[in-house]
Amino acid sequence: MGPFPLDATLGKAATYIIYVLIGMGFGYSLETVGFGRSTKLTAQFYLRDMTVFKVMFTAVLVAMVLVFGFAGLGWLDYDRIWVPPTYLLPGALGGLLVGVGFIIGGFCPGTSIAALATLKKDALFFLIGILGGVVLFGETSPLYDHFLESTYMGRLTLPDMLGLPAGVTVFIVTVMGVLALWGAEQIEKSARQKDGLEVKPVGKKTALGWGGLIVAGLAVMLIGQPTTEQLWQRVAPEKQPILDNREVQIHPAELRDVFFNTRLNLIMLDLRPEADYNLFHINGAKRVALAQLQGMGSELKAAPAGTLVVLMSNDETLATAGWKILVAEDVGNVYILEGGLNNFIALCSESPFEPMPGGDETLRFVIDAALGGNHTISNLRQQGKEFEYAPKVKIEQKAPTGGGGCG
Amino acid sequence: MTTATQAKLPAKARTKTKVTAPPKAFTNPYLGGVLLGVVLFLAFYLTGNGLGASGGLNRMVVWLIDLAAPQYADRVSYLIQYAGGDKNALDNWIVLLTVGIFLGGLASGWRGNRLKWETVRGPQISDRQRWAFALIGGVIAGFGARMARGCTSGQGLSGGATLSVGSWAFLMAFFFGGYALAYLLRKLWRPADPEPES
Repeated sequence: MGPFPLDATLGKAATYIIYVLIGMGFGYSLETVGFGRSTKLTAQFYLRDMTVFKVMFTAVLVAMVLVFGFAGLGWLDYDRIWVPPTYLLPGALGGLLVGVGFIIGGFCPGTSIAALATLKKDALFFLIGILGGVVLFGETSPLYDHFLESTYMGRLTLPDMLGLPAGVTVFIVTVMGVLALWGAEQIEKSARQKDGLEVKPVGKKTALGWGGLIVAGLAVMLIGQPTTEQLWQRVAPEKQPILDNREVQIHPAELRDVFFNTRLNLIMLDLRPEADYNLFHINGAKRVALAQLQGMGSELKAAPAGTLVVLMSNDETLATAGWKILVAEDVGNVYILEGGLNNFIALCSESPFEPMPGGDETLRFVIDAALGGNHTISNLRQQGKEFEYAPKVKIEQKAPTGGGGCG
Repeated sequence: MTTATQAKLPAKARTKTKVTAPPKAFTNPYLGGVLLGVVLFLAFYLTGNGLGASGGLNRMVVWLIDLAAPQYADRVSYLIQYAGGDKNALDNWIVLLTVGIFLGGLASGWRGNRLKWETVRGPQISDRQRWAFALIGGVIAGFGARMARGCTSGQGLSGGATLSVGSWAFLMAFFFGGYALAYLLRKLWRPADPEPES
């Protein structure tokens, strides 16, 4: 499943060669459609030649359909690809300035590089200007860094905002995009007619391409995005043995040691009902319902390196169900508290609570007040008992969630 | 597979018409758009990163500053993150991508007989005027790209395809900015207006 941890598997040199090749595909596409010529680029804004709009929107639609299609088929993890975070106002004002710079200077940064490669003097001046603009920004940005950090909305996507499934959003955007392309053709046609320029009708192949794009968008909608259950079925042959061999069920004493390891970022998630959680929980554990866990995948994946998640319930049944969800969502370093809270209390306490009988996933101790995380034994810092245990925690590095389109 | 066969064609053409080979027509915008879209997708699929251009240029600027004044680069906050201490600002994927853009542009320009040391401008201005405006536009676009945390590629294409809300806002603002000033600046790009009929 893409994206791939290239650095770790291929080494740095090979990874960098891949980036050069991708860049070459990019530069080639820009130049071959005419983006090396400033007059061709700016013609967009005089309506006689809408190549910029056509190329950009076709590229966006094609890439979008492929990204979400692959994600839907389980071949690409959407959570692990770079989605530019939204800073609404700085983004919009910056976009406006790039547009203004475009109509004054004739390029945007990417096209000016491709134009310089074809020896255009104006591109050289534009690039020198960019370098100046970058320095100017760096020197002055402390003056308005408040604004630069404002209206931050994180990794906000159109499906999130509209409250629609990703596949439906993709289909809507595809249809609207094709309509916009058709509209651009009409505007271009009437503008050219006014100037007495040659007018070409929309070709058969173009129309077929538009139709194909809409069909592809429809297919993405029908495939949908995989459910957690489907994702688990896909990884189960590989991951179920890990559960069966008890490789991720960590001893309470290991939890304590991980807690004290300052190089690790420990996230404890308590999956029990609120009543049990209120009676007793480990100090620092956050209560999360199993149903909420599904939505936490992307958040946990974005956590810094060295993060590990320990799931806990009264026994192991709930925590194991939670483990499957997070592992299906491709979260790394997920563990289960061995024997759950019942085992934790039994092992760690000087038996402050009376045991009582009960079924699986019930709290089998008599706790007559809602102690929450306030009992001495709730606090991992107070745990002094030493146990022999086989360490199971192995921190592994997943493919990073991208470093940014323009980092 | 097709590139290998196509690459032979211009080679043959070149031997016959060495100097005077006219620039070839540009690729159909939809075909080019599909190519660009596939490249963009491959970038995401293989690496998880999208395409970008301003980020690479930014790092080249920082590298130049670090070369000229390393103490300065260690002191200014926005430079430290790229070039503080032993850090090499160029040691980053986006720089390699930027180098690739140049090489890809070169390859396409060479294939299309479009490698020519020239100034491309509207008919109503001089070369020098064009250079001046290119410089000014570059400053504004470079500044704007840093403010928006990406340019037309990093925000527009990469964020557009992954359905980032901020990137779609960027795209709309970008086109708005261009159209808002287009009429005012028509002398830069358009032929002279015809004399009003009286």
